[in-house]
Amino acid sequence: MASAQANGKNVTVNPLKMSQPLGGATAFMGLNRCLPMLHAAQGCTAFALVLLVRHFREAIPFQTTAMSEVTTILGGADNLEQAIVNIVERAHPDVIGICSNGLIEARGEDIKGDLKAIRARHPELARTALIYARTPDYKGGFQDGWAAAVEATIDQLVEPLPGRNLRQVNVLAGCHLTPADIDEIRDTIEAFGLAPIILPDISGSLDGHVADEYVATTQGGTSVKDIRGMGRSVATLALGQQMEPAARLLETRCGVPVDVFSRLTGLLPWDNFIAALARISRRPVPQAIRRRRSQLIDAMLDGHFFFGEKKVAIAAEPDLLTGLSCFLNDMGATITTAVTTSQTPALAAVPSKTVTIGDLDDLETGAAGCDLMIAHSHGARVAERLGIPFFRAGFPNFDRLGAAHQLSVGYSGTRDLIFELGNLFIAGNGGMHATTASH
Amino acid sequence: MLQHTLQHLFDEPSCATNRAKDPKARKQGCGGKPLTPGNAAGGCAFDGAKIVLQPITDAAHLVHGPIACEGNSWDSRHSLSSGPMLYRTGFTTDLSELDVIYGGEKKLYKAIKEIVARYDPPAVFVYQTCVTAMIGDDIAKVCAAATERLHKPVIPVIAPGFVGKKNFGTKLAGEVLLEYVIGTEEPDVTTPTDINLLGEYNVSGDLWNVTPLFKRLGIRLLAAITGDARYHDVTKAHRARVNMMVCSQALINVARKMEERWGIPWFEGSFYGVPETSKSLRTIAKMLVDRGADVSLLKRTEALIAREEARVAEVLAPILPALKGKKALLYSGGVKSWSMIAALQWAGMQVIGTSVRKATDDDKRRASALLGDSGTLWESLPQREMYAKLKAGEADILLSGGRTQYVALKAKTPWMDSNQERHTAYAGYDGTIAFLKGIHKALTNPIWAQVRTPPPWEE
Repeated sequence: MASAQANGKNVTVNPLKMSQPLGGATAFMGLNRCLPMLHAAQGCTAFALVLLVRHFREAIPFQTTAMSEVTTILGGADNLEQAIVNIVERAHPDVIGICSNGLIEARGEDIKGDLKAIRARHPELARTALIYARTPDYKGGFQDGWAAAVEATIDQLVEPLPGRNLRQVNVLAGCHLTPADIDEIRDTIEAFGLAPIILPDISGSLDGHVADEYVATTQGGTSVKDIRGMGRSVATLALGQQMEPAARLLETRCGVPVDVFSRLTGLLPWDNFIAALARISRRPVPQAIRRRRSQLIDAMLDGHFFFGEKKVAIAAEPDLLTGLSCFLNDMGATITTAVTTSQTPALAAVPSKTVTIGDLDDLETGAAGCDLMIAHSHGARVAERLGIPFFRAGFPNFDRLGAAHQLSVGYSGTRDLIFELGNLFIAGNGGMHATTASH
Repeated sequence: MLQHTLQHLFDEPSCATNRAKDPKARKQGCGGKPLTPGNAAGGCAFDGAKIVLQPITDAAHLVHGPIACEGNSWDSRHSLSSGPMLYRTGFTTDLSELDVIYGGEKKLYKAIKEIVARYDPPAVFVYQTCVTAMIGDDIAKVCAAATERLHKPVIPVIAPGFVGKKNFGTKLAGEVLLEYVIGTEEPDVTTPTDINLLGEYNVSGDLWNVTPLFKRLGIRLLAAITGDARYHDVTKAHRARVNMMVCSQALINVARKMEERWGIPWFEGSFYGVPETSKSLRTIAKMLVDRGADVSLLKRTEALIAREEARVAEVLAPILPALKGKKALLYSGGVKSWSMIAALQWAGMQVIGTSVRKATDDDKRRASALLGDSGTLWESLPQREMYAKLKAGEADILLSGGRTQYVALKAKTPWMDSNQERHTAYAGYDGTIAFLKGIHKALTNPIWAQVRTPPPWEE
């Protein structure tokens, strides 16, 4: 059991954290025919866009209200109005996902009120959903922004509906899941004869497909129509502790019961997920899934030699950190250093003495002598300096191919992760790295 | 103070954009049209200031603001260093909600103090951002106090994102260099062949393709501002005999004011492509000789140019036939809009069009003259239209930056990076070889025929 504490520095050195608005906008990218937008100065969108393009290797639709010094003084309502009208005229999205930033929130802008007034003035916006997520960048990080956008989507689009669809389940997907993870989750749910509504669904929009024409919005993702129907589902599966508040909102409003799965990597966590699907669908577990479970058990037996008592340093956002550190602990490794971005209840599960709310500099300080380091791409230089094998996990991953297709949930994903990390340990044991020479 | 600097820059007499504006337009700001909410792209003034100053490799660069400004952007530019690496460390005060409420000045001072104690850099650059500007943190005051107490130049960079576009931030950074850095120290020795390069950031090692040429000519690079720079070199840049401005608009204020204060003549040139590289070397030699360098420099320069041009022609001979007649679409900006056209035409390629965002009237004239009737100048080219052109096969390759990379790839069209995020140096003669070889490699990859083949079941 970990207790999370701040690093006590006045200067953040080599940031681990990305901003809340970037996380919020990325979640909105999992809605179909959506144009995400930051209500901020244009540079906020430009920086975020560069990161997203480099991570997903995709053209990313992303706009800005282009706040200036003068409009900051006068108030941002006019910019917000112009931006929405311009976007609807040019790109005809089904939905515009608006994330605020620190500039707007510190001014105390009444964005909900602004949106109401804008709608009243512009009947042509009637067919476009407008969602506003409050995401100041002086609070929280990417994961918090993602969670805020999902909660805002439910709050602003989902109404109670009569009747239950006993085959329909809601899946609220946290930001620690890749498009490949979501595909795996969907296939598994469908194998039980259930129809999932996955929110947000970046497996549709950011999975690296080549469309036949140019579209100025997202292509693929959760449709507004499906979101509006979520109140009829028989269950909500919240994937990641970050999704629990949004799931509880749905439960309170529409009476859909909630199951929270704080992690889906590892044998027992995925067993729980499969058991829940069997319970909800009232169907037996399909043979193909049982077979993959057996493959994972075999991989654990083959792999445990190389994980046992290995020292691992991880820096990641809370839910990703929880998932990876628990999995490594399950395989016999020791988490010697854990660094994360913000304080959340999930951190209590991290199997490490302490969790530091800090930066990659804290990771560097704590990782000396470790057998493996895990972080997003900015951690690569840290690992290089220390001569420690490095595994990329989280956002952004800009210096390797296939970030969107990295699979680490389910029996198959866990099996592949055992092989990938196990091979790093084997290579490290080959005398390539001074830090593992003693093994 | 910021207002004063801003006004000052809008009046910059050497800026072609300013010259063209009526007094009312000049008040509105630099860098072309005001931004359209919901239809804007590109970086902010803070981004521009970072591009100019961050390549000072031994300095610490501290961003005072919430996490977005540094957390989302650090270590993403490929300005290379031959020595110190401190410039690649991301420093930010990462303001919290409480800091926003109570003000971040104390935290900023402590952050500066921690950096100086731990890294002892020759200088600390402190960047203002939108939120800290709005809540009224006086970073100039904090920097002045830190300079005095820590005995170290701590330099405020007041270019918060919301004051303008990237281009404007580069100029604000130029003002910072003029006010706090250039001319604050004297070089031990000076020579009649000392020059500076302004606006050369050593992207992917561009500078290192040019410095060997200078060396062979006996020309001393006093300072590149700011590619692979050391802080104490930039402080002495005012003793150069000639300034070459490498990226048209970016540091024009620095060039002009260095001429005004220290009498350093300047010219605008480029190292992209063979013709421009030769022309720039000639101009440098001539200007140095005019200012008293030995006249033999001219002859040596011509000899070097002749040797290098012959070498480039020989190396590229095997690939030029494959490039001949190939059509390129250029989506770049500023000086690259014309210098890259010249480089492509030299290789026998055709340029169907170029964007002239961020370009001066002079840049546009040059681009237009080079293109003739066969190409178009675009102020902007919406992604939808760019996609349509590429999909229709109007160009064989797109040369642009990362943000439009996937417009080309999704249209199944070859693409090559021509922007500051690229990983290959394109400057000078060796850079030209790399540039054209890169285009050849992209065009001749066997995947294009495969990915354009429809599946057999779709006839």
